[in-house]
Amino acid sequence: MAVTTGTVSADDKAGSDPVFELSSLEVFYGEFRAVREVSMEIAEREITAFIGPSGCGKTTVLRCLNRMNDLIETARVQGSVKYHGVDLYDAAVSATEVRRRIGMVFQKPNPFPKSIYDNLAFGPRLNGVKKKSDLDDIVESSLKSAALWDEVKDRLKSSALGLSGGQQQRLCIARCVAVKPDVILMDEPCSALDPIATARIEDLMRELTSEYTIVIVTHNMQQAARVSDRTAFFTTEVNPESDRRTGVLVEYNPTSKIFSTPDDERTEQYVTGRFG
Amino acid sequence: MPLARTPVNLEALRLTGRRAVAETLGRYAFFSAAFFSIIVSGMIVWSLAAETWTFVSQVDYSTLWTDGWFPRRGMYDIKTLVVGSLLTTIVAMLVAVPLGLGAAIYMSEYAKPSVRKVLKPTLEVLAGIPSVVLGFFALTFISPEVVQRLFSGATQFNMLAAGIGVGILTIPLVASVSEDAMRSVPDTLREASYGMGARRVSTVLRVVVPAAVSGLVAALIIAISRAIGETMVVFIAAGATGGSLFSVDVLGPGQTMTAAIASQAAGTDQVVGEGLTFQSLFFVGSLLFLLTLLLNLVADRFVRRVRQKY
Repeated sequence: MAVTTGTVSADDKAGSDPVFELSSLEVFYGEFRAVREVSMEIAEREITAFIGPSGCGKTTVLRCLNRMNDLIETARVQGSVKYHGVDLYDAAVSATEVRRRIGMVFQKPNPFPKSIYDNLAFGPRLNGVKKKSDLDDIVESSLKSAALWDEVKDRLKSSALGLSGGQQQRLCIARCVAVKPDVILMDEPCSALDPIATARIEDLMRELTSEYTIVIVTHNMQQAARVSDRTAFFTTEVNPESDRRTGVLVEYNPTSKIFSTPDDERTEQYVTGRFG
Repeated sequence: MPLARTPVNLEALRLTGRRAVAETLGRYAFFSAAFFSIIVSGMIVWSLAAETWTFVSQVDYSTLWTDGWFPRRGMYDIKTLVVGSLLTTIVAMLVAVPLGLGAAIYMSEYAKPSVRKVLKPTLEVLAGIPSVVLGFFALTFISPEVVQRLFSGATQFNMLAAGIGVGILTIPLVASVSEDAMRSVPDTLREASYGMGARRVSTVLRVVVPAAVSGLVAALIIAISRAIGETMVVFIAAGATGGSLFSVDVLGPGQTMTAAIASQAAGTDQVVGEGLTFQSLFFVGSLLFLLTLLLNLVADRFVRRVRQKY
């Protein structure tokens, strides 16, 4: 059964250099292998969705793309993740520099307990922007690109915690955009939001693809079908030696294909709701 | 006896016999334990208030503003004691805040769990050192080896050494309360900061500390309250026994409110019977009590604000 797919066909943009090249990526938490042999390429200015059942490693793979896994003490990465040809896990690469180019939006909206203005100025200030007029411009333009400007322009100095959940999440997207990243990673950005707020974020994502490469993890298949150009389906396989589940990449294809004529039977079962 | 089903009726569902007695007894036992501390607090306030009233109603007010605190000679210069307490407390905070807060930041934001597991109990051991030991340490080590080496004019007994001693005593308190405040900052905020490419120092200073600020202020206030109330260290190391001239020189001896009470109360038979000496101690005690009560109330409000935010 086919689900209606996004408006842009993935093949339209094929051919440009990939932003990320993952080859045989494996992630361990201590002795536990969370993800096995993931190889894929992520294209520029597209939305790539990671879908799959809980524990399939989709968030783990996402967090490798900007080295957020470094924050987990026991996490260890094998294989390679190339970002515009540079190995992200090269010893000379600084995780903080990586994260300035590859921003992230999290599952739960996490604005700082500061004013709306200060939330947006946080990143630019880290990068040394000090002039008030420059900061004002960045705050305004990033709020506009997150479609939040009209709602908050009169209360930039009030606390970001006073915003609704959907507004907070758009604020987090704006905060991410404020440092002019190259890529935006989104980890289930709508899971804490109601359908209306979700629809607004999805519209926003489509607008942002004119400038940004977006990778989104979602457990909502319809969302992947609606917004993404390409979809990667992950699942878990039981490891025969240890009886523990490891995430594997099953299929990576244009979203329209994943939701109409997937190559793998497991993908079809998942997208038609017969498993997971 | 195996449990068996019994017919259901009102009698079967009623709490009776030994169970009912135990339930009631338990309730009263725990209530009296809780009530006891309230009673004792009330008694303390009452005992302070009565003698304080005697002092306030009988004292010649001109003797409250003289050259020094010499209660046996009828000189009750309260500013000597307040300034003495203030100076030692300021010195103590200059020691305890940077070191305590620094330790808290390290434990909360930098230390691996394995390191924290060793560091935190060690700090708690420091908190358990009897203050009389620290007073002795302040007098025999801090004063000659630190203060007198740095400042040639310092006397053996001096408020600076006493203040440093009190500071060391309050480091664990500052560290522990500040660490709790920073640990209660949700990790999602740290992730947001790291996700934007912030380094650890920026994350600590621009996200964690501002988010925890009310808890940190509470830590400071609790520490001040503790430092003002500290007796033994200043009694031993700050020097002035019996009485003290008004002084703002931290390199010389001085007397705090607590030390004034302790030194008078130590000379038991002389305290009673000479004018208002005895009652003056209650007056100082009341002042101390009100001051620390006020500080604790303010601190409590700040702590509450931390809890509300997340």
